[in-house]
Amino acid sequence: MNRPPNPAPPDSAKSFRSERFDFASFFFTGLTGFATLLIVAILAVILLNIVVQGWESLSWRFISTIPKDNFFDPASTGVLPMIVGTTGRVFVMTIFVLPVGVITAIYLTEYAPSTSPLTRFIRAAVNNLAGVPSIVFGLFGLGFFINFVGRNLDALLDSPGPTWGQPAILWASLTLAVMTLPVVIVATEESLRAIPPGLREASLALGATKLQTILRVVLPQALPGIMTGGILAVSRAAGEVAPILFTGVAYYMANLPSKLTDQFMDLGYHVYVLSTQSPNIEQTRPILYATVLVLLMLTFALNFTAILIRARMRKKLRALG
Amino acid sequence: MGIQRGHRARPLEWLAERVIFTISLSAIMLILLIFIFVGREALPIFLGRMDSALIQETIPPERMNELDPEELRVYLDLSPRQFAGMDRDTLQMLMEVRQEALEEIPPEQLNDPDAHANTTAWRYLLFPHQWSDYDRPRYIWQPIGNIHKYNIVPLIVGSLKTTLIGLFFAVPISVGAAIYVSQLARPRVREIAKPTIELLSGIPSVVVGFFALLVMASVFQAVFQYETRLNAFVAGIALGFAVIPVVFSIAEDALTSVPRSYTQGALALGSSKWQAAWHIVLPAALPGVFAAVVLGFGRAIGETMIVLMVCSASVMSWSIFDSARSITTTIAAEMAEAVAGGHHYRMLFMLGAVLFAVTFVANLVGDIVIHRLKRKLEGRS
Amino acid sequence: MPAAPLKNVTVSAPDGPDDSAKETLIEVRDLSLYYGATRALTQITLPICPRLVTAFIGPSGCGKSTLLRCFNRMNDLIDNVRIEGAVRISGYDIYSRDVDVIELRKRVGMVFQKSNPFPKSVYENIAYGLRLQGHRNRADLDQIVEQSLRSAALWDEVKDRLHSSALGLSGGQQQRLCIARAIAIKPEIILMDEPASALDPIATARIEDLILDLKKQFTIVIVTHNMQQAARISDYTAFFYLGQLVEHDRTRKIFTNPTQKQTEDYVTGRFG
Repeated sequence: MNRPPNPAPPDSAKSFRSERFDFASFFFTGLTGFATLLIVAILAVILLNIVVQGWESLSWRFISTIPKDNFFDPASTGVLPMIVGTTGRVFVMTIFVLPVGVITAIYLTEYAPSTSPLTRFIRAAVNNLAGVPSIVFGLFGLGFFINFVGRNLDALLDSPGPTWGQPAILWASLTLAVMTLPVVIVATEESLRAIPPGLREASLALGATKLQTILRVVLPQALPGIMTGGILAVSRAAGEVAPILFTGVAYYMANLPSKLTDQFMDLGYHVYVLSTQSPNIEQTRPILYATVLVLLMLTFALNFTAILIRARMRKKLRALG
Repeated sequence: MGIQRGHRARPLEWLAERVIFTISLSAIMLILLIFIFVGREALPIFLGRMDSALIQETIPPERMNELDPEELRVYLDLSPRQFAGMDRDTLQMLMEVRQEALEEIPPEQLNDPDAHANTTAWRYLLFPHQWSDYDRPRYIWQPIGNIHKYNIVPLIVGSLKTTLIGLFFAVPISVGAAIYVSQLARPRVREIAKPTIELLSGIPSVVVGFFALLVMASVFQAVFQYETRLNAFVAGIALGFAVIPVVFSIAEDALTSVPRSYTQGALALGSSKWQAAWHIVLPAALPGVFAAVVLGFGRAIGETMIVLMVCSASVMSWSIFDSARSITTTIAAEMAEAVAGGHHYRMLFMLGAVLFAVTFVANLVGDIVIHRLKRKLEGRS
Repeated sequence: MPAAPLKNVTVSAPDGPDDSAKETLIEVRDLSLYYGATRALTQITLPICPRLVTAFIGPSGCGKSTLLRCFNRMNDLIDNVRIEGAVRISGYDIYSRDVDVIELRKRVGMVFQKSNPFPKSVYENIAYGLRLQGHRNRADLDQIVEQSLRSAALWDEVKDRLHSSALGLSGGQQQRLCIARAIAIKPEIILMDEPASALDPIATARIEDLILDLKKQFTIVIVTHNMQQAARISDYTAFFYLGQLVEHDRTRKIFTNPTQKQTEDYVTGRFG
């Protein structure tokens, strides 16, 4: 040893005071803390800007009016058809995505042998699906749902003109369902995994079959998680524009959509139209901000609900385990 | 009561399991379908079967009888089904239309060599070409007009330009924040900061695009004093906003999954929190941070609305203060004008297929890296 | 908890030095510790002597690990921890405002229950702490790394694989590596939190030998669940129960003739 370790070192060292200021720690903690703060600030600036400016032009009339042909005119325009279109397409989407997503998650957590290549393959596919660019989903919807399924349906049903083989709320919803499938699967899986295995074992030990155990014990416990998944999917889909560009959205429609094969107007697409096609951006600005605010309220309200449900679920699980 | 196994004992149970299993394959099936149906529409381009030349060889309608039905069908570009539904007169009329189309071409273009070129061939897509009205070989994407110029290099450059600006902006900030939130912050700060940052991913990209277009573009121009108000720089920073939550949550997750015992071991040796994070935790989680960047890249290059709203002029330039048109923007902006089944339409699908392939590889790499890292870290905890 | 009848406990630990001659290195005075509103330690007062092994024993949740972690302030990492009373090391209150925790931890080393080598090479694991202290000279580093590994009785087993990953070592080797890592920076005190609880009997025996060897140079405080282990290696033993110090005395005394009834019940395996 270089110095005898134990005989007490000189008294100055006894105080446990550091000899020098640890500049690196101070600097880098500050730097990373600043990065965190910067992200929060970006979020705050965007939200504040929209809420403050959008609130002034938001009115009940604006929300409940169907605009006549010139929707750039602040005095007469409204966003009712867009709200109806956006809500409608995510509603139809939910009907398709929830069952498929939940059942896939049940297979992955309850049935699949965790190490088999097939399971890993499914997981890889789910993860990959989550990363496919939204515009590619749009192309897929156009190539598969409209040009393949739709046209063949038309031929099969002998429609007079293109009925199914054209952009429609149904195809947009199906495209969005494909896009949000991973969101539902991941959220459901997470909540299924959080259920203690003891519960399943207890049910099985009482002579319940696996299916009975899943339906009566596992799923009721996982319900909040499944709801979270559904809400997250809806909030993600509500704001997406790229996948519906070619599959169903309309620039302008005089009437509200009434059938699944109708086209629709959409809040997100309307934001795009108002901000890029306006003949006079200064005049359009107030209604643009109001439209964005409506869209944000829709997606953020859903997001907040998901976060709240999730937080309550975690608390409950912590109490259980 | 027998203790039997298998589907005979419980047919319902057996059936339910089969159904559940089949439905769970949907994710794989969808990936395959995307490959097939995006690829199908783009296939003629990949195989070089499209011909976009302005001046096509025509067969005079009088010689219709010399062609056998299959040749005629291919010449008129009809599907077998359409072909079967047409009588002789209709077919002859179509042949006349073909010939009339040729006669309507302005005479000065008849001698233009470009009018005979099939611009969907790979050498026109990838390499500069000297078009007759230009003074030197150029990369040009200009699908509308008599001569369809389909060079995809400007679009690739546009995508890379905006994506790289976005990553340069977002990666240091998100990784820094991930280190802070997962390693340095007090638990109470962490509990607030993490969901707040993740909330950023809840802002629809059309809203980010709107904000960049109406607010950021003007502010940045005032600050940086550049010429073009809407340029790749604004688009890139706005893209960064969309990338931040992706990189942050994956990096934060990777850093958090490093066992606490590593940090404790380092602290017990007298390192500061920062030193423990920098020397021990970050190196252990580095593959995860790498995966976060790869997945962030996939997110940025696939983003459509932000770039579409902020800048969309297709100019071939590496300057970050010039406008740029990305692959995604091109697809979104031009699909409405493209005729289904035409070369422009197929060209856009080809771009989509390329984009899908790139993001597919990025996702796969990111996924595999994270998987390995988790296994390594969990293997010994 | 293996039940150990009193008569079967072998106390091989030597008698400590004469009581009158002992000085105090760590002095705990009226120490209480709270997690939020729950009190985990109650009014502990305890002297710990230099270059001896002191063992903390007691049933799970009695606060022995918590007390150990007060000595290098690892409890600071947990939110909501509040401390009353004082811990003095060499007469200096380590909870006073101007104490640099990092400096403290450099002088009070710690070995954890589960071996936690860094995911680096064997060599880098030991060099890490030295580099933190500013050692840059390669030859110096080589020498100290070798010395530390020799002191931890690990040198012969790893000298050919110094630069391969430490995660490839066996559990016992990993734990001795962690000990080597702790002694490389030459602390005055080494805290050990059940260092052998995850190891097989042979690996445990080697760690115990090592501890007996190390006490020539270091002051060791060890938390253990295993009473035979406490009996074999420690000079002093402190018995804790429900956050209170029940008895603290020479190990031989605790195991053969405890003053308190509770202590006797515990060491004879009647509860715990």
